[in-house]
Amino acid sequence: MAMTLSLRALSPRRLGWKVSPLGVLAACVIVFWAVIAVIGPWVAPHPPGEIVDYDFFGPLSAQFPLGTDYLGRDMLSRVLAGARYTVGISLAAVMLACTAGVVLGMTAAVIGGWTDTAISRVLDAVSSIPSKLFGLVVVAAIGSSIPVLIAVLAVVYTPGSYRFARALAVNVNTMDYVTVARARGERTGYLIRAEIMPNILGPVLADMGLRFVFIVLMLSGLSFLGLGVQPPNADWGSLVRENMGGLSFGAPAVLVPSLAIATLTISVNLLIDNLPTRIRDRSE
Amino acid sequence: MSLVQIRDLRLGATTDSGREVEIIRGVSLDIAPGEIVALIGESGSGKTTIALSLMGHCRPGCRIRSGSVMVDGLDMATAPEARRAAMRGTTVAYVPQSAAAAFNPAIRLIDQVIEVARIHDLMPMEEARAKAVEVFRALALPDPDRIGERYPHQVSGGQLQRLAAAMALIGDPKLVIFDEPTTALDVTTQIEVLRAFKSVMKAGGMAGVYVSHDLAVVAQIADRIIVLKGGEVQEEGTAEQILHRAAHPYTKSLLDAFHPAPRSTATPPAQGVPALEVTGVTAGYGRGRDGQPLKIALHDVSCRLDKGRNLGVIGESGSGKSTLARAIAGLLPPVSGRVLLDGHRLEPGVAARSKEDLRRLQIVFQLADTALNPAQSVGDIIGRPLTFYHGAKGSAREARVAQLLDMVRLPRAMRHRLPGELSGGQKQRVNLARALAADPEVILCDEITSALDTVVAAAVIDLLKELQRELDLSYVFISHDLSTVEAICDEVMVMHHGRVVETLAADRLSEARDPYSQLLFASVPQLDTGWLDRVPQRAAG
Repeated sequence: MAMTLSLRALSPRRLGWKVSPLGVLAACVIVFWAVIAVIGPWVAPHPPGEIVDYDFFGPLSAQFPLGTDYLGRDMLSRVLAGARYTVGISLAAVMLACTAGVVLGMTAAVIGGWTDTAISRVLDAVSSIPSKLFGLVVVAAIGSSIPVLIAVLAVVYTPGSYRFARALAVNVNTMDYVTVARARGERTGYLIRAEIMPNILGPVLADMGLRFVFIVLMLSGLSFLGLGVQPPNADWGSLVRENMGGLSFGAPAVLVPSLAIATLTISVNLLIDNLPTRIRDRSE
Repeated sequence: MSLVQIRDLRLGATTDSGREVEIIRGVSLDIAPGEIVALIGESGSGKTTIALSLMGHCRPGCRIRSGSVMVDGLDMATAPEARRAAMRGTTVAYVPQSAAAAFNPAIRLIDQVIEVARIHDLMPMEEARAKAVEVFRALALPDPDRIGERYPHQVSGGQLQRLAAAMALIGDPKLVIFDEPTTALDVTTQIEVLRAFKSVMKAGGMAGVYVSHDLAVVAQIADRIIVLKGGEVQEEGTAEQILHRAAHPYTKSLLDAFHPAPRSTATPPAQGVPALEVTGVTAGYGRGRDGQPLKIALHDVSCRLDKGRNLGVIGESGSGKSTLARAIAGLLPPVSGRVLLDGHRLEPGVAARSKEDLRRLQIVFQLADTALNPAQSVGDIIGRPLTFYHGAKGSAREARVAQLLDMVRLPRAMRHRLPGELSGGQKQRVNLARALAADPEVILCDEITSALDTVVAAAVIDLLKELQRELDLSYVFISHDLSTVEAICDEVMVMHHGRVVETLAADRLSEARDPYSQLLFASVPQLDTGWLDRVPQRAAG
């Protein structure tokens, strides 16, 4: 008996920090893009707006490793410069949206009553506004800048995150251990932080990965409408849309930014799915 | 020629980590036609797994490794799925533990009961309906002609369990498997259900397998008892043999656990201030008009707990006994009445009570699974009240946690474990240790042994008694199980429909005067094969 106990205690599963190779690979891709987001403009061979080639939709060549776009601009430089917008804005927005949504959701579930009703109805009202229209109005009123874009995206995606977190937290809230903590006289802050949060973390992280993908898509949608990142700069989503005409030629100009988006979003979801058990699902 | 022949059955599963575990280790047993055999054992003993193998069914992840399960001439272990499916419902039928979960809430009862006849195309539907009504009558269901027209939520739990049996009996099976069919029922309901099962089985001459952890229930219905532990047969014999001439030490410990030592060191009632006094408490759920709750769960309840003594609160589900604990703890603030702790009046709600008041009164819940946060280690769970009430930190806290683990007889190394890695009994001990960490004077125990196996529950009761001697505690012990209450309490309060029926000294329960408490006490199964036939029928109603 003692023998099996000590064996179990030493197994990596018990420690909960076992990492999967897939998760490591995904983390590497994310780190790669994050580094590009920071240093992109300095390593890019050309300024993103400069027309360097007389031909458009140029193929891969030694001079332009990723070809050229519909105006003959260097795609490598444009993808490197665009990383900053896509990775930065989307990550910041998803962090804000999920933090706000999850904290409000847990608060509503724990306090209940009028607080719950008030928060829920306000956020229902927010989610009833068409998101693109909301972005249009705000950007038209204040003007487009990166902080405004982050704020708009965060506001649009907070209600969904709130609904998700509240539904989970309501279930955890009825557990006896929360009742025991309540009978002990614990305050709302402790209940949220120590009793509820760790037990909804797994699903909340998975939801965050999905939401990140939606935000990348919405950002490119806003850019297409001319409300997002302003030309001559472009995020990856707008790179795809502006080079859409090259799709029939199989031009690298449209394939390369698509690949960039795919690698980033797939990696984010793979990373979350392969987080160590310790973080992802503490109930195991 | 026996109906069922299980020979050297081995059944195993592969865990998530790829480890092979053996659940059934070479079990052999026989069942003659018309014989009722009980499989008894604690959770994890493999009793349900064996019963399911009779239908050729394994729970997900499990698989029959070797051995044979001959039922009516067909080996269920190796037969193709189509032939096994043809056997189910017609030769072997199953009555599940939770009838409420076994019925589809959106379909009328009769259509679900005759489903077996429809699937196997046994008889015309009209005939099946007529037969179902006959079975309802045999199972002593009220209004047998029309009860089938109702939906599952429109009948009581005991009736639903009998309807589940009707579902099994409609196909005239040769063997019926009962999987803990009365475990979730109240004692007064259990007795009627048992009686109905017994008469139907006897009249139909069917063989049965009765899976249970409760020896007293099994003794009423089974011809033969097989005691299981760890996937192996420990002892096998007729009901009389097992109850009166048990040979195996494990069977003896099961029998001993059924008769817990009565509380011997009862302190005489202290004169002076009671530890806990509840006067005229009314509480309920929802908010109706004029400040009264919409649904009143407690009606003018008063009770008194003297220092160093224990009060048992007993009643069936819905009697308001758990609500009483919630009202005392302030989780459900009473609308009227007072709760006095050591002569000092407590505020109705938790939020208004002082930390000191909260500390002196602790509550322990029934289901240790849900009462321990799965994300916190045992050390953190026990340590939190130390920090919260006493401001203990660092090594002082560590030392006290170790001390508390010693008190509840758990190894100190367990503090690094997560609740998911503990057994049910260990969890309940951690649950107790957390309450003790506050240095309370009164502990409200809400059904704390109900979810535990008999032997484990008896050990927890012993621990409670011991802690009481050492720490000068008083318990309010809420339970539906009379024998545990008798084992630990000085006084027993009987509740029914949110009202106090009667309060009696624990050693004078036979002197109960109220008809409801007499019925309740008489309904507790005795370890005696003839008990069920002796108990008078409950008055109609």
